[in-house]
Amino acid sequence: MNPKRDHYPEGEALHYSLNRRYRRASIWQTLFFSALVIAILSLAALLYNVIDGAFGYVAFEYKNDPSEFSAKPLDDLSKQELLDILKANLSSGAFTKLENEKPMDTRSKSVLYTLLLERLIQIDTKQTWSMTDSIFRSAKIKAEVAEKYPEAKLEFRSWLTPVFLTTPMSSKAEFAGVRTAILGSLWMVGIAILFALPIGTGAAIYLQEYASKNFLTRIIQTNINNLAGVPSIVYGMLGLAIFVRALEPFTSGSLFGVTDSNGRTILSAGLTMGTLVLPLIIINAQEAIKSVPDSLRQAAFGVGATRWQTVWHHVLPNALPGILTGSILAVSRAIGETAPLIVVGASTFISIDPDGPFSKFTALPIQIYQWTTRAQSEFHSIAAAAIIVLLILLLTLNATAILLRNRVQRKY
Amino acid sequence: MENIQTPEIAIETKNLFIFYGSFAAVSEVNMKIEKQKVTAIIGPSGCGKSTLIRAFNRMNDFVPSSYVTGEILLQGQNLYGRDIDPVEVRRKIGMVFQKPNPFPKSIYENIAWGANINGFKGNMDELVEQSLRGAALWDEVKDKLKKSAYELSGGQQQRLCIARTIAIQPEIILMDEPASALDPISTLRIEELMQELKKNYTIIIVTHNMQQAARVSDYTAMMMLEKDGSRSGTVIEFSETKKIFTNPKDKRTEDYVTGRFG
Ligand SMILES: Nc1ncnc2c1ncn2[C@@H]1O[C@H](COP(=O)(O)OP(=O)(O)O)[C@@H](O)[C@H]1O
Ligand SMILES: [Mg+2]
Repeated sequence: MNPKRDHYPEGEALHYSLNRRYRRASIWQTLFFSALVIAILSLAALLYNVIDGAFGYVAFEYKNDPSEFSAKPLDDLSKQELLDILKANLSSGAFTKLENEKPMDTRSKSVLYTLLLERLIQIDTKQTWSMTDSIFRSAKIKAEVAEKYPEAKLEFRSWLTPVFLTTPMSSKAEFAGVRTAILGSLWMVGIAILFALPIGTGAAIYLQEYASKNFLTRIIQTNINNLAGVPSIVYGMLGLAIFVRALEPFTSGSLFGVTDSNGRTILSAGLTMGTLVLPLIIINAQEAIKSVPDSLRQAAFGVGATRWQTVWHHVLPNALPGILTGSILAVSRAIGETAPLIVVGASTFISIDPDGPFSKFTALPIQIYQWTTRAQSEFHSIAAAAIIVLLILLLTLNATAILLRNRVQRKY
Repeated sequence: MENIQTPEIAIETKNLFIFYGSFAAVSEVNMKIEKQKVTAIIGPSGCGKSTLIRAFNRMNDFVPSSYVTGEILLQGQNLYGRDIDPVEVRRKIGMVFQKPNPFPKSIYENIAWGANINGFKGNMDELVEQSLRGAALWDEVKDKLKKSAYELSGGQQQRLCIARTIAIQPEIILMDEPASALDPISTLRIEELMQELKKNYTIIIVTHNMQQAARVSDYTAMMMLEKDGSRSGTVIEFSETKKIFTNPKDKRTEDYVTGRFG
């Protein structure tokens, strides 16, 4: 058979056809590039929006003149001087109460300073501005403040401060912090992981290593995959029905002698979050177990190991980094979840640190949600600051997961 | 063979069929494999060599759809009998795989692990040294026993796998194309090692390399797909390696060993 070459274009026709192919390729390339640009822009817009709110000018008035308390400018006061002022001016009852919460002389200077502002001088915030406005319309803002609030001071402020991280909730935005919320989130995530990691890993091991591949296991597998996509509010309803209500004696701690609590505890929230991430953890663990090569299992069986010895000594240790990475990623989803917590009954105003699984609790996303619904603009500013805290927490978790994955990557 | 003094039989198959689901990958195999000899299984790809050798230590159990009919007898006991524990079978009949697959552990642990899980009570250091010497690897690794097995070359890894197998003191060692992933020099070392090993062990080796079979084995089983179009493999000729290569009975064996197989 002679090869026929005349079916393919040559010369002019070839050029024409090539040009058409390149044109089509470049159209698609441009489309893909635009998709990438849109994705990056929306991400940038999100970050900008958050940061924009967390920094900026604030106009405020002192209810009581600082000079009533100190001859020196407030910024120059030493820790001891601050302490003396507080002691002299607070009612003895109020001082003792603070002393009991945490001894005054063990508190940092910035905390004492904040107390002075909060309790004695008392701040009245008039208005806040976004970072962009503060930078680009600085002169105008100053004029506006001078006209509208002649008494007020204008200050460029970062709402995200060490004090913000370490103080509990307060009804005044200037003195509110996210400590209670951070602790609540950490407790919740801890409980969720303690609950979901062993169960999820166990289920994954069973499915991968023991279960025979039949109709039933296929149904179970499909269900797990679908559960991973169920909206989180549904898990909230589940948590409410099971953990808050049905298991109340357990989750409220009354079984263990705790009396002052109902089922709306941090334990219920943690278990709900654990249930929420369980399907994800199972799926991730299955993937990790699958990625342990069969040659390793055969090696173990080949020297007379039982299934369990093979799993325990070889499959599990080699899958563990993957399982942990997957679990951290799954849990970082839980940290940002709000809806289930609302359903399970997070407290919106709480200033006592959670001290155990049976505490009432709040969490970062709840706090953020609550602040954004307030009318006053200073609450929006601290909401933005809290969002930054939440994002940093998430990024830290994800970075840990990625580091873990890269560190222990194995070649078999 | 009848006129020679009766050879000692290590393992014997009787009317053995091996199925994957309803597909008989191997059918009607009857072999008596002699003790402390090297028996080679040769044949074209897909004729069931791996399936057959894996049946000897019940590694096929891990393929859910697989099952066997007939018998494999080790000292008169059917390995597929009701009261036989496959874990025990695998301790008595060790296996070396096609691709070297050491554990991702130290060289020392690679050998100690199998011994440990099987309840070894002797001196572990001695066992490790003995096994490594037995696999002709000791001199190369004695100074780095704590190093990862992955730092060894492919040929060394394969010898480590052999050492790991002899550490559990099996009676039979199965090798499924143990040198097919290795360079010629490493291959040669494995072949030399087999000559050493057969002093203490019965060796069954699958190979697609005819020269290798001719060099290392005492007996050779020639496998082919059945002529009836069922795609089922069987042993068409089994005798002394010399006979298979110089004076085969079956025309197909002759074609295959002389390279005329299409
Ligand atoms: N796990 C399995 N499941 C189903 N069929 C298999 C499996 N392993 C091998 N087979 C089939 O069995 C036959 C023999 O395969 P194998 O024993 O690997 O041949 P060889 O080792 O001689 O190349 C082939 O037809 C192959 O497709
Ligand atoms: Mg094979």
